[in-house]
Amino acid sequence: MSELAEIITQNEDQIRAEWLRDMAKSLQRSDLMSKAELEEQSLAVLNAVVMGVKTSGPTDMSGKGWNTARELLQEISSSRARQGFSPTEVASFVLSLKQPLFSAIRREQSKNQDKLFDTVWVATEMLDRLALLTTEAYIAAREELIARQQQELMELSTPVVKLWEGILALPIIGTLDSSRTQVVMENLLQTIVSTNSKYAIIDITGVPTVDTLVAQHLLKTITAARLMGAECIISGVRPQIAQTIVHLGINLEDVITKAKLSDALALALQRSGRSVIRSTAAGTSSAGAVAGIKEA
Amino acid sequence: MDRIPVLRMGSLLLITIQVDMHDKLALQLQDDVTQRISEWGSTGVLIDISSLEIVDSFIGRMLANIAAMSRVLGAETVVVGMQPAVAITLVELGMSLPGVRTALSVEAGMELLFGATLGFKREAEDEFGEM
Repeated sequence: MSELAEIITQNEDQIRAEWLRDMAKSLQRSDLMSKAELEEQSLAVLNAVVMGVKTSGPTDMSGKGWNTARELLQEISSSRARQGFSPTEVASFVLSLKQPLFSAIRREQSKNQDKLFDTVWVATEMLDRLALLTTEAYIAAREELIARQQQELMELSTPVVKLWEGILALPIIGTLDSSRTQVVMENLLQTIVSTNSKYAIIDITGVPTVDTLVAQHLLKTITAARLMGAECIISGVRPQIAQTIVHLGINLEDVITKAKLSDALALALQRSGRSVIRSTAAGTSSAGAVAGIKEA
Repeated sequence: MDRIPVLRMGSLLLITIQVDMHDKLALQLQDDVTQRISEWGSTGVLIDISSLEIVDSFIGRMLANIAAMSRVLGAETVVVGMQPAVAITLVELGMSLPGVRTALSVEAGMELLFGATLGFKREAEDEFGEM
C-alpha cells in the first residue's frame, strides 16, 4: 500500500505542522520537556514512519523498514516513563498523529469514497499498532524501575553490624519472606565466619508481624548459625508479637528471646565473660554514667 | 584417599575432613572413630569440617551418628568450622543435628571439649607433656 506513503511524503510538512499544533494545544507538558525537544522528536518519528511505510508497508510492524521507528518509539516512551509522563500522555503522542494524517488523506482522495475508506483504515491500523508498541515500552520501563528498586530495598535493609568483639547484631526492618530470609541468612553466616563471632543478636523490632512462616524463617537462620558454632539471641519482641507467638503455638523454647536489644547485648557480654561496670567518675559527668567493660 | 586420618591428641580425637566425603569414606570413618574411642579411651572427638564444601543428607546423618555413638562410648563430639553454605544446606534438608555441639574454630572447639571434660583436663595435659 504505497498510496499512504505517497500521501504522507507529499504532505509531510503540513502534517507535521498540524500535529505539533494539536500537541501544543492538548498534551504538551512544558514542565517536563521543552518545545524544541518535542519538535525534534516529532520530526524524527514522522521520518521513521515514512521510511517504515515505504519499505515494509503500513501493517508489518516487525518488518525491517520499521526498525528505526520501533527503536525510536521505545526510546522515547521509556525516557518519558522515567520523566514522569502518564500512560495516556505517552500513547496520545502517537495517536494524535491521526487527525492531521486523516485530513491529508481526505484532501488527496476526496473523489473516491471507497479508496478513502480503505486508506483511512490502513492508517488507523498502523497508528494503533505504533501506539500499542509505545505503551508496551512504557510499561516495560516502569517494571524495570520497580524491579531495580525492589532489589535495592532488599540489599539495603539487611545490614549486619558488629556490636562488640565477637558479638554481631542483625536489625531486621520489614516483613521477612523466603527470598529475604535467604539474603539475611547468607549475610549473617558470612559475617559470622569473617568476624569469628560467637554471638548474633537478631533484632525484630522492625518486623511488623510475626506469623508461623516468619517464625519458621527465623528458626532456620538460628539453626544454621548454631550449626556453625554461633549462638543466636532474638531481641525486640514487642508485647503484641509475644502474644501472637503464644497464640499461634510457635515453639521458641530452644531460642533465647529478649524484649530489648540492650538486654540481649548484656546477656551476650555476660556469656562471653565480660561485665559492664560504672566508672567512679560517673557522678561528675553531666552526660550520665560512663561505663567500662571488664574482660573476665 | 581411602580413609580419613583419626589423630590422637591426649584424651581427644582429632579428625580433619579435607576431601569431599563419599558414602564409603563416611562409613569407614564411623568404624574408625568408634574403634579408636574404645581403644584409647578418648573423652572428646573434634571434627573439623572447614574444608568440606558439599554435603548431602547422608553425610549429615553420619555426623549425627558419630556424635551419638561417641556419646554412648562416653565421649563428647564437637563439629567445628562449618561453612555457611553447608549450614544452609543442612537446614534446608531439615537436619539441625540436635545432639551435636558446634564451634566456630578448632580453638573454640578445644575450649568447649576441655570445659565439658574438665575432670580430664589435667590428665590430657600430662599426656601432652610426655609426648
